[in-house]
Amino acid sequence: MILEGWGRYPRLVSEVHDCATPAAVTEATRHLSGVIARGNGRSYGDAALGDAATLMCRGLGRMKSFDPETRLLTVEGGAMLSDILDAFVPRGYFPPVVPGTKFVTVGGMIASDVHGKNHHRDGGFGAHVANFKLVLPDGGVLTCSRDENSELFFATIGGMGLTGVIIEASFHLNRIETGWISQETVVARDLGEALAALQAVNDTSYSVAWIDCLSRGASLGRSLIFAGEHATREQLTARLPAADAFPPQKKAKLALPLDFPAWALNRASVSLFNEAYFRAGARKSAAPSLVHWNPYFFPLDGIGQWNRLYGKSGFLQHQCVVPDNNALSVLGEILQRFADSGKGSFLAVLKKLGSGTGLLSFPAPGYTLALDLPVTDDVFPLLEEIDRTVVDAGGRLYLAKDARQSRQTFEAGYPQLPEFRDLRRSIGAGHRFGSRLATRLGI
Amino acid sequence: MTRTGKSVLLLGATSDIGRATALTYAQAGWDVQLAGRNLEAVQREADDIGTQSGATVSVHRLDILDSEQFEDFLAGLPALPDTVVCAVGELGEQPRAEKDVEHARIVMRTNFEGPALLLGLLAERFAARGSGAIVGISSVAGDRGRASNYVYGAAKAGFTAFLSGLRNRLARAGVRVVTIKPGFVRTRMTAGMKLPGPLTAEPKEVAAAIFAAAEAKTRRDVIYVRGIWWPLMTVIRSIPEPLFKKLRL
Repeated sequence: MILEGWGRYPRLVSEVHDCATPAAVTEATRHLSGVIARGNGRSYGDAALGDAATLMCRGLGRMKSFDPETRLLTVEGGAMLSDILDAFVPRGYFPPVVPGTKFVTVGGMIASDVHGKNHHRDGGFGAHVANFKLVLPDGGVLTCSRDENSELFFATIGGMGLTGVIIEASFHLNRIETGWISQETVVARDLGEALAALQAVNDTSYSVAWIDCLSRGASLGRSLIFAGEHATREQLTARLPAADAFPPQKKAKLALPLDFPAWALNRASVSLFNEAYFRAGARKSAAPSLVHWNPYFFPLDGIGQWNRLYGKSGFLQHQCVVPDNNALSVLGEILQRFADSGKGSFLAVLKKLGSGTGLLSFPAPGYTLALDLPVTDDVFPLLEEIDRTVVDAGGRLYLAKDARQSRQTFEAGYPQLPEFRDLRRSIGAGHRFGSRLATRLGI
Repeated sequence: MTRTGKSVLLLGATSDIGRATALTYAQAGWDVQLAGRNLEAVQREADDIGTQSGATVSVHRLDILDSEQFEDFLAGLPALPDTVVCAVGELGEQPRAEKDVEHARIVMRTNFEGPALLLGLLAERFAARGSGAIVGISSVAGDRGRASNYVYGAAKAGFTAFLSGLRNRLARAGVRVVTIKPGFVRTRMTAGMKLPGPLTAEPKEVAAAIFAAAEAKTRRDVIYVRGIWWPLMTVIRSIPEPLFKKLRL
């Protein structure tokens, strides 16, 4: 079967095995080699494409238990975040960390140690995982936590599925008073103001900046910064007295029924969009507003299959993190290169990060910048150049988004890689678990 | 979530339609009784539904081919349910059913004999109580026998006729009988088949249609989940037999 990630590049052939029960996972693991578990296929590049075979784990999606006293939720590895939100937001609970899409599985969230808009304060999803059950290379099942098999625990968080298959996981939900977010919008006229604004809202739970990456010159890096907190009952009754305290998830109203032609995105069309977006955002910046949790956390989920926007050849997402100290000059240089190239991403995302949890976790103290680029021949050398800037600054790229970085870039960015490789060797995972990403990067 | 104090019994609870229906009822505040052959698999669904909804869920072993155990099965339920939904089904393989009597027998008994006998027993109890809803998931395949699946289709035709008779008998006894014809549904049963998008429903859609028909008291007794199936099957039913027999369907 031909498989692809969310970016639709690369597209590769892999044998697939439906693993809808824990028993099916252990069985498949025992008999196959070069396999990787795949959840909902939302990693962008080749992380969920098996070297030889891919275990399709969406059917492994049941929830197991929830204790309202401790707020501990236990689910199977293929459980979808969107189902968890459906079930628990109406009851006044919210996951400790959510990434930018709700169409991901819990196993995938652990394997990528996903971060959300609260990473600067609360860390990534891995920081909130109490324990999980891992299917090892021999088909045996091991429970891992900070106290039990902790080496495997920290290797598996952010380990891209290369230590085993996560068939079950437990984590605590947070209580929320409402399903609304009290949001403040700050307008930053350039990159310096954007970084300062993110720093200024460091104590706020959620923060993220959307950068217009086509703006140049004095307005290079102009941004809108969105800071948010879960709204209290009091705030909701004061501002939206008629609103449902826990509004349900909305279905995607729009869906792209077909691939956009490649020429649809160009400097002119994207500039127009960005300009309109900024004017709308700036108008809202005067007063805090209440926003429904769904569009706040998952704005792009409102457009089904938005990955078709970039045409048939697919797109790349480039997401790097660079340390605090010279973030302004490094990010400025990167943005300048993108702006000069005119490779149109609608908006780039800028966010302050804290530390990661696992050996190969992406987050590191500093700022992360993510932007999308349609796949074209000339985009690869551009990204190579940008990678050199990232590496020189002591930064790295996010494996869950990656489809093309070089081994040198990867090795320079992940100092704990030798430890990870040793552990993989010691448990016999080397030949058993393998993805195209692992082979490409020599993990 | 406010609990209604009502309960629903799901026969064939581990099927994709069965579990989607159970979850729909649980999220509407109903207690749920799940029945199936493999108790471990039923328990997995029960944990899922209970965790997702906070509903009270009980599990019950049921072999639809073992009618001698039906009385004990019913006696083991925590309460006589307000609604029963039968999602038991076995597609089988038509070419095999043509040669292998045992295989054909299992398809016929699983789709017709077992469900009809058990729903018959429940109908007696509902009639005595003077209330209840019986939902049978039949199939468009039962609307007319076709070369490609007439063993399954014949069993479903029998089930459709049984439900129709039950409905006729109980109409004045306060018991509602609903026949659901889902058409194509994206489930394990149809995994690997090429299904035409507009004719294909998701299990959640079928569940919503069942809940609406059984509990919202719409007037319709026989439900095609996707409306387009009704004109389509009307046309297929009306083709004269001399012509029909020459078609490849």
